[in-house]
This record gives sequence, C-alpha cells and structure tokens, in this order.
Amino acid sequence: MMITEIGHYALVLALGLAFIQSVLPVWGAKTGDGRLMAVAEPVALATLGLVALSFAALTVAYVRSDFSLVNVFENSHSAKPMIFKISGVWGNHEGSMLLWVLILVLFSALVAIFGGRLPQTLRATVLSVQGWVTAAFLLFILMTSNPFNRMIPAPFEGQDLNPILQDIGLAIHPPLLYVGYVGVSIAFSFAIAALIEGRIDAAWARWVRPWTLAAWIFLTLGIAMGSYWAYYELGWGGWWFWDPVENASFMPWLAATALLHSAIVMEKRDALKIWTVLLAILAFSLSLLGTFLVRSGVLTSVHAFATDPTRGVFILAILVIFVGGSLALYAWRAPMLKPGGIFAPVSREGALVLNNVFLSAACATVFVGTLYPLALESVTGEKISVGAPFFNLTFVPLMIPALIAIPFGPLLAWKRADLAGVAERLAAAALAALAATAVTLWLSGATGILAALAVGLAFWLIVGSLTEPVQRAARGGGGVGPFLRRFFGLPRAAFGTALGHLGMGLTVLGIAGASGYDHERITSVVPGERIEIAGYDLTFEGSTPRQGPNFREEVARFAVTRDGLAIAEMAPTKRFYPARQMPTTEAAILTRGFSQLYVSLGDPGADGRTVVRAQFKPMVTLIWLGCVMMALGGCLSLADRRLRVGAPRPARRAEAVA
Amino acid sequence: MAAPAFAVQPDEILPDPALEQRARILSAELRCMVCQNQSIDDSNAPLARDLRLLVRERLVAGDSDAQVLDFLVERYGEFVLLKPSFSGHNLLLWLAAPAVLVTGGLIAWGVVGRNRRRPEPAPLSAEEEAELARLRAGAAVTPETPGR
Repeated sequence: MMITEIGHYALVLALGLAFIQSVLPVWGAKTGDGRLMAVAEPVALATLGLVALSFAALTVAYVRSDFSLVNVFENSHSAKPMIFKISGVWGNHEGSMLLWVLILVLFSALVAIFGGRLPQTLRATVLSVQGWVTAAFLLFILMTSNPFNRMIPAPFEGQDLNPILQDIGLAIHPPLLYVGYVGVSIAFSFAIAALIEGRIDAAWARWVRPWTLAAWIFLTLGIAMGSYWAYYELGWGGWWFWDPVENASFMPWLAATALLHSAIVMEKRDALKIWTVLLAILAFSLSLLGTFLVRSGVLTSVHAFATDPTRGVFILAILVIFVGGSLALYAWRAPMLKPGGIFAPVSREGALVLNNVFLSAACATVFVGTLYPLALESVTGEKISVGAPFFNLTFVPLMIPALIAIPFGPLLAWKRADLAGVAERLAAAALAALAATAVTLWLSGATGILAALAVGLAFWLIVGSLTEPVQRAARGGGGVGPFLRRFFGLPRAAFGTALGHLGMGLTVLGIAGASGYDHERITSVVPGERIEIAGYDLTFEGSTPRQGPNFREEVARFAVTRDGLAIAEMAPTKRFYPARQMPTTEAAILTRGFSQLYVSLGDPGADGRTVVRAQFKPMVTLIWLGCVMMALGGCLSLADRRLRVGAPRPARRAEAVA
Repeated sequence: MAAPAFAVQPDEILPDPALEQRARILSAELRCMVCQNQSIDDSNAPLARDLRLLVRERLVAGDSDAQVLDFLVERYGEFVLLKPSFSGHNLLLWLAAPAVLVTGGLIAWGVVGRNRRRPEPAPLSAEEEAELARLRAGAAVTPETPGR
C-alpha cells in the first residue's frame, strides 16, 4: 500500500533533516551567524512532522494487518483486538525504536516552540545536539531495524504478538517509559550546549529543571506501571524482580532523581554547577544504556549478541560515541565553568549533596550488579549470576540513610542551617515513626522486626514530609480558618516537594507490608473445597472453558467469603494462545482497602486437581499509589508558575523574596 | 520464554513448616539455570523443580543452609547463586557501590571544606549599595507580574 512507502520515505527525509539540524545551527552559534541558527526551529518542526507521518504509516499497516511488512507479519495477527493491534506497533524492536525517535523529535520540537526566551546561541546548540541523537537513532533504524521492510509473497496470517504483551499495560508502559528516557535527552543537550559554550548560569538550571522534572514524572509512572503490569500479568505476585530490564529503567530514574535535586541547588544557589552537568550527561547515558541493554539482546546471553551483532554493535557504537564523547567534552570543558555559591555542610545544599551521594552510590550498585556478570563473562569466561538477593543486600542499605534524611531536607535553611532546631521540628514525625513501629510489632506478634522498622520509616517519611507545609502555614497563629487559608496559599512547589516525599513514604509502607507480612497458600483443590488465607475463605466452584478472540482459556471460579459473608467472586484463568503455542496465567486480584488478595492457577496436577496459589498482600497497592503520588507532586511543582515550562520570567523582586 | 506461572507445586511442600520456610528462602537465592534471571522459587521449568526437590531432600537429610548451598555450587558452579560469593573476582562487584559512596562522600567533603576556606564575598561598597537601592526603587515603580 502506498502509505507504507510514504512512511518509509518520510523516515529517510527525516534523517536528512536531522543531519542539517546537527550541523547548521551549532555552526551558526559558533560563528555568530543568525541565519544558520534560525534553521534549527523550522527543521526541528519538520522532522517531527516527517517522523509522525512515518509512525502513522506503520500504525496504519498494523491496523489493516498488512502482512506484506515483515514487522507486521512477525508481531500481529488479524484476530487480535484492535487496541493490541495499535499497541503492537511498539510491542516489538523496530516499532519501539520508531516510537523512541518520535518522542525524541517531539521534545526537540517543544524546545523549538517554547525556547523563544532562551539565548539564541544556546537554543541553536541545544537543538543541534538533539539533532545528533536523532540522526544516530534514525540511522540505526534505517540500517538495522527498518520496520518498513517488505516480504514477497505476503503471508495470509501473522505470527501474533507475544501473548504476555497483549495487555493494556503494554499500551501504556513503554510510551511512558520512553517519554521519560528521551525527556532526559533535553537535560543532556543543555549540558552539552553549556559545555560547548563554556558558560552556565541559573537561567540554564531554570530551564533544565522543568524538563528533567517532566521526564522524571514519566519515568516514575512508567516504572510503576511496568511493575504493576508484571505483578498482575506474570502471575506469581512479585512486583519487582531486579531483572536487568527493570534495572535498565531504574538507573535513569535514580540519576534523574539526583539531577532533579542538584538542579534545585543550581537554580536557587548557583552552586553544584559542574556536578549538575555531569549528572545530566550520566542520566541520559543511562537512558541510552537502558535502550541498549533491552534492545541488543546482550542480556539474553553474551552469545546471542555475538551471533547477530549488527544491531548490538550499532547501539554499542552509539553508546560509545555519545557517552564517551560527552564525558571527554566534560573532562575538557567543565573546568572552565566557574563554581558558584558557597555553603556550610549543614544546610539545604548539604542535604541535597548527601541525597546525591547516596543516590549515585545506589545507582552504581544497580549498574555494577546488572553489568558485572556480562563483563566478567566476556573477560574471563567465568559465569556468575547477580539477582535479587544481591540487590536487596546492597541497594536497600544505601537507600535507608537517604530516606531517613528526606524530611530534614526541606526544613533546612539554605547556606547554613540549625540541625538541632530542625530535629526539634521533626519531633512529631519521630513520634509517629516510633508509634507505628510499636503498633506493627504488637499487631504482628513481634515477628519481622525489620519490616516493622520499615513501617516506622514509612511513617517518618509521611509525617515528616507534611511537617514543612503544615508548620509554615501554622506560623502566625489565628485558629483554623487563617491556617487553612495560609496552607492552601502556599506555593504549589512546596506541595510538590511534600507530595513527592510523601509518595516515597507510601511506597515504602507498601513494600514493608507486601514483603514483610504477606500470606501465601499453595495447594490443590477439587470443586467444593475451601482455602483459608488471612481471614478470607476461598471456595472453589469449578472451572469452565471459554473462547477469547485469539486464545482459549480455562476459567476457575472461587467464591470469596469473610466471616461467612460473601464478598466477591474471583476468576483466575489459564490461557492458551494457539498462534504462538503459548500458555499464560491470568491472576485474579481482589482489592480490599489498600491490600490485595491474589489468586493464580498452576499447571493442573496429574490427578486432575486444580493447583492454586493464593496470596494476601497487605498494603501492596501503596507501592504504586505512592509512585502516582510522587508523580503528582512532580506535576504540582511543574504547575508552579516559577517553574512552568515557557512561563514568563518571574519578576526580580519575587525572586528576591523566594 | 518459560510460560509465566508460579513455581512451587503442592506436592513439593515439606510437611515440616520450619524446613519448608528454609527451603523457600534458599530457593529464592538459587538461580534457575535455564531461565533468564529467575530463581528456582519463581520458575516452573522442570530443572528448577528438580533443584527445589534437591534442596528439600538435603534439608530433610539434615544439611545446614550453608551446606546445601555448598553442595549446589560444587555441582553446578557459582552460576547457581543469585548472590555471588564475597571472594575472588566478585570483590569488585561487592565493593563498587561502597567505593562510590566513600569517594562521593570524600569529594563532597572536600568541596564543602574548600567552600568554607573561601572567603565570604566582600560586602558591597557604598557605590554598589547606592546602585542597588536605585535598582530596587526602579523595580518598585515598574509593576511586574509577581512570581507566585
């Protein structure tokens, strides 16, 4: 069909424009030629148009089940529900790379549109750096991963999408994550531009922070979504596996979190400039690494990488050029950036430095744990495994001090702070933490001391993060009315900080509950038999077959009662997708408050009994709700007019007050 | 890709809850050798089942946790451990994060220390004060949108 060829052609044209965008504007910025610099904006917008056209063309091919495209044939099926035909566009390597580039050029276009207030040379250089990344990835797609390749003769039916990916989770998770990954590229391009120009100031941070924040919001939601998706789709009730693919998305998040915090120091206090630039480079490098890890096949095995190395070597080259190049540029130019404001160790800057040190170390342990086995095997041939037990032992202890420090941060004054005074203000949070630990220990019969301490930590975070806005509003007295008026009159960014930190507390509470106090029953049943778990009775009523659009399934029904009262019916299933000859397990999940009852089916036993795994996970939903809360805090901060992307520069006077 | 489903089957579970508990904890530390990053506790591959049964057999025979792990490492190599041993080449793996923490801490300390030795900026001269006052007055006359 014609539209496919148009899409393919548009992609090649976009590559041409990306080359122009890579060279002309930065050249103009160097030589002071305004006409060359002015090329950046229209080219960025045109590239967006072309890549969007190309993406639309691929989507049309999926919707029409055009199996003459190898990519559609390999990843789609005419009987697949429409939503999964569309989400299938990015449910495979080629399409997901196209989505990656689409988001990248979208961000470039946003800089072009909203960048009017940036100095022209900075804007031109930033857009050129974006152009380098765009050109590299478009080349990669066209040379090694072209989704528009045809096959003749066209087959009658496609091979279907991996059934695990046929889920609403897939429709949402990768786009969110990619917006996050690619959004960090803006911080990267600004960092490179600052290094090229040899100049960096608070206005730079004022720009970088909202973009990083936006990317961070999407990364947070993307990771949370992926975690929940794995939780309900994979059928064994785990929510984080320290899988390399998960780590690949988690590392940019840790770096972006650190960047977010150090950019605050840079914006407000003109300090930590050199470090902020390095973090911006590292955060995007980790995003690229994440793309590389997931896309090159190197994770499946070093050998898979070696047998079909074209893609892997290409991405590796991109990685080496961008990471190596930017770090070299950093080593060369960073000493030219002047260090800024000074501060005492006990100060808000100091707290943010502490946050950065711990986040960097945590990021390093994830990095080393993920890559060390690959490195060791390719160097010595020795094979080792690094899994959840390693990360739990190294990552968690690094995060605990960082988490304990969180409530202090917003209470400390800039430059020089009074630690004892701040500790006094956190008395309520400390009391809440102690009480929560004690109550948890008492309720659980003094089992699981660590989990009880984690609950205490969660309350420390929750109450501690509310301390700042509440006390700020309480200053001045005057009863409930004025207090509320002052409370809701606080700048949105103050709520953003509080909600972000509170969300972290909720997530910690969810983790403590779900991993410290879960119940599990594994058993086999015949119709009429009952399973008891955490005060709930599950009565097996039997199972019936059912035909889905592109699968068959066996549905087991359980009546759930508590204290003799019927509450709900749960129906976990086992599915079979004939196109891929693949079975999947669909767990049934019943949410009670913040806790969940999770029932999944095993393979049928030889004696015809149905094998069931029932789990009760207290507070588990808080893990993801906490992430949503963090993202919400990010949105509030972004909505603060002092930070809003493209907002007019606030008055000098207001800055002085803030 | 192994079909996702939970692993431990009812017929594997040991009658002694204390032993079963130990078996589960040990299983979570052992890799399913034919899977991608799954413990034998998570995997329903046949090999994982064999290993789970083996772990339980050893526990019933009276082995300590360490003895079970040693037995499996002897049989299958280090690869079977999801938490690599703290020795040999793995020291680099274990010590990387603490090294980053210590280095980061030292650098931060150095920067803050240098900051403190750097003199505070000199107070404004009388001329600068006057200029500042003039600018402030000017800002007050031209109304600008407030920052919040």
